[in-house]
Amino acid sequence: MRKIWDIHGGVHPPENKIQSNQKPIGVMPLPDWVSLPLNQHVGAPARPLVKVGDHVKTAQLIADAEGFVSAPVHASLSGKVVAIENRPIPHASGMQAPCIVIESDGEDTWTELQPCENYMDLQAEILLEKVRSAGIAGLGGAGFPTAVKLQPDANKKIDTLILNGTECEPYITADDVLMREQANDIIAGAQLMAKLLDNPRILIGVEDNKPEAIKALTDAAQNTAIEIISFPTKYPSGGEKQLIQILTGKEVKSGTLPSEIGIVLQNVGTAVAAFQAIKDGIPLIERVTTVVGRSLQIQRNVHVRLGTPIQHLLSQHGFDENNCARIIIGGPMMGYTVDSISVPVIKTTNCVLVPSEDEMPTPPPTQPCIRCGHCADACPANLLPQQLYWYSQAQDFEKLQAHHLMDCIECGACSYVCPSAIPLVQYYRASKGAIRQQQIDKQKSDRARLRFEAHKERVEKAEAEKEAKRAARKKAAEEARKKIDLTKSQPAEKSDTAKLDPVAAAMAKAANTKADPADEKAKIERNLESARNRLARFNHQLNDARNENDEARAGKLEPKIKQTELKISELENKLAQMAKT
Amino acid sequence: MLAFFEQYPIISALIALTSLSLVFGAVLGFASVKFKVEGNPLVDQVDEILPQTQCGQCGYPGCRPYAQAIVNDGDQINKCPPGGQTTINALADLLDVEAPSLDEEHGEESDVKTVAFIREEDCIGCTKCIQACPVDAILGAAKHMHTVIASECTGCDLCVEPCPVDCIDMLPVEKGLKDWSWELPQPANIIATDKKPHSENAA
Ligand code: SF4
Ligand code: SF4
Ligand code: SF4
Ligand code: SF4
Repeated sequence: MRKIWDIHGGVHPPENKIQSNQKPIGVMPLPDWVSLPLNQHVGAPARPLVKVGDHVKTAQLIADAEGFVSAPVHASLSGKVVAIENRPIPHASGMQAPCIVIESDGEDTWTELQPCENYMDLQAEILLEKVRSAGIAGLGGAGFPTAVKLQPDANKKIDTLILNGTECEPYITADDVLMREQANDIIAGAQLMAKLLDNPRILIGVEDNKPEAIKALTDAAQNTAIEIISFPTKYPSGGEKQLIQILTGKEVKSGTLPSEIGIVLQNVGTAVAAFQAIKDGIPLIERVTTVVGRSLQIQRNVHVRLGTPIQHLLSQHGFDENNCARIIIGGPMMGYTVDSISVPVIKTTNCVLVPSEDEMPTPPPTQPCIRCGHCADACPANLLPQQLYWYSQAQDFEKLQAHHLMDCIECGACSYVCPSAIPLVQYYRASKGAIRQQQIDKQKSDRARLRFEAHKERVEKAEAEKEAKRAARKKAAEEARKKIDLTKSQPAEKSDTAKLDPVAAAMAKAANTKADPADEKAKIERNLESARNRLARFNHQLNDARNENDEARAGKLEPKIKQTELKISELENKLAQMAKT
Repeated sequence: MLAFFEQYPIISALIALTSLSLVFGAVLGFASVKFKVEGNPLVDQVDEILPQTQCGQCGYPGCRPYAQAIVNDGDQINKCPPGGQTTINALADLLDVEAPSLDEEHGEESDVKTVAFIREEDCIGCTKCIQACPVDAILGAAKHMHTVIASECTGCDLCVEPCPVDCIDMLPVEKGLKDWSWELPQPANIIATDKKPHSENAA
């Protein structure tokens, strides 16, 4: 027997798995339409490749990955693209996001797939490319693009590949039944993934409340080096860092990825998806989802096409809306409620839970924290939930970070044991969001500071340059004057000294700006012309005003006329001077 | 030597203390020259807290000048509307003073962040907005259409006024899924708690 380790804390909520894991995985009739969100994974949303009105076939690529951490989306039915727009998505916010909506033509015609029998002979890069282009993202619930995780890093040797078959959350049995029914595919998928990671040892961790699954896997893994490890049931053993600790005794450092210590973790469902993508060429268009809760007549697991509205899923299982307390996506501990039953099943939807009111009563009202410390005993991440709660209320982000809020896996074990029924996890989620926002704001304001300083520098430089030019011009003018003074000290030429200064300056300026005197003259003439026109117009208006006895207007016009007359005489003077020089 | 110390203990104590103080004085003097901090670190700290919108609503041409005025001239800390109460509290915390409320004379705090948007078909390319933008977030050239780099715009409003054709709008920043986060739950109501469960059970 292999040594296994224990994790701190943990709880034993009622398992509630028996409702759904007794029946084989069902197959659903195809829905009339599917709505495929462009962002079903962690990372950048995919970029649509189809237009409204296009006809698509099942498994056809309809949106491509955008950037490194992203995943493509494939059509899960054949039919017509009827919309690419914001639609409800399964998300705690209840917000909408861009989705490609396909109306089924009822035929389910597939595109040509590219199966591959001798897949074990393929090169690692080709295998990885197949996984990437199949759009596989962690099916356990996190939705991290699988290909990114399987990308070997030259600097870090991966020595252990762990498949996560823990499924510690109550009610959910999707992985359980998958391990029973498709153990061979899981083993094959594990071998493929191991090949990508340069053949590390493979461990599959399963909680001991799934004896059938363990047996099926052990049988399937008989002639391989794969180890199937069962360990005592406890929530949340299936957390990434928790499972690693249970199986290897190693702890992943705060803020780092398991690959830092040479470990990669994948969900068993992901292994099956990877295997099917490589061997049969089938992209990720379907998943196993648990449909469970007392407001249903049938509770079981089904193969469901991605994008299928939950409404369709529930109506196939005898859903009684009046008996349903709420609709939860995911399990009772870590799931979230959605308001709309038109949200689709996506790559990460492992469970749809529709409990009745007596099955999951509304939590009692919150009471003050009595500092019992149960939460700290239960926390698998070794945190102090009561302190985090305290600082969350005060929004003291520094203290929260000092108490490692960011290491909280939001498992809900603390809320589960809290005798005061405090929704602790919600406090942590809110605070995490606020801290993240604060960091983004900080980055932005730092950038603004840099840009402001650069701007100031630039403006100052431009100002200094202008100043330098002005000084140069002044100097040039002085020199020009000196020259003229010199020529003037020779026997008298024309005009008197009084007029000379402005002329010299004007000449120097002309020389400096290299303006043509002819241009200058034309400009003055133009100005003169327009000033004369203006004068005529004002005079005309003045007459009108006088005729209408509008004194106020006349009073306003008079100074204008004076000004224009002055301007005209000034311009005439200038012209006369120009004529002289 | 030893005999001298024994004979005049007071004088020798004085000598010892004086020489010690000389040595330490020299060390401190050297350190203050050698490890002199460039600039005014307090100004940097204050500037760090200010929101860097660079809008000038505080009456200074940017956040840093205001920071300098706070530190060097003891100006009030409640003149920055974009930062609002959070910034005032942080400043009060840093400077160890009572936090005043925002001075309404300089503007009101607003919840919605805005970003400038140029209606490009109306822009006549006069470049006035570029000159007004404190963070160089507007791109364009004379007689050509201008546009705002939304990610760099601080929403300071300064470009709106100079535009001769009024084609700059301040639009609220769109909130997407990425900006969403959970709300803090309502805090427990301590007084009502011993009654509520009963009344609910009764209902
Ligand atoms: S939700 Fe966070 S704080 Fe609470 S038990 Fe889980 S890891 Fe610990
Ligand atoms: S379990 Fe609840 S009441 Fe007890 S210390 Fe933690 S938060 Fe407080
Ligand atoms: S009012 Fe504007 S310029 Fe002044 S400190 Fe605040 S953001 Fe900066
Ligand atoms: S100020 Fe207005 S018209 Fe002038 S360049 Fe800017 S946006 Fe265009």
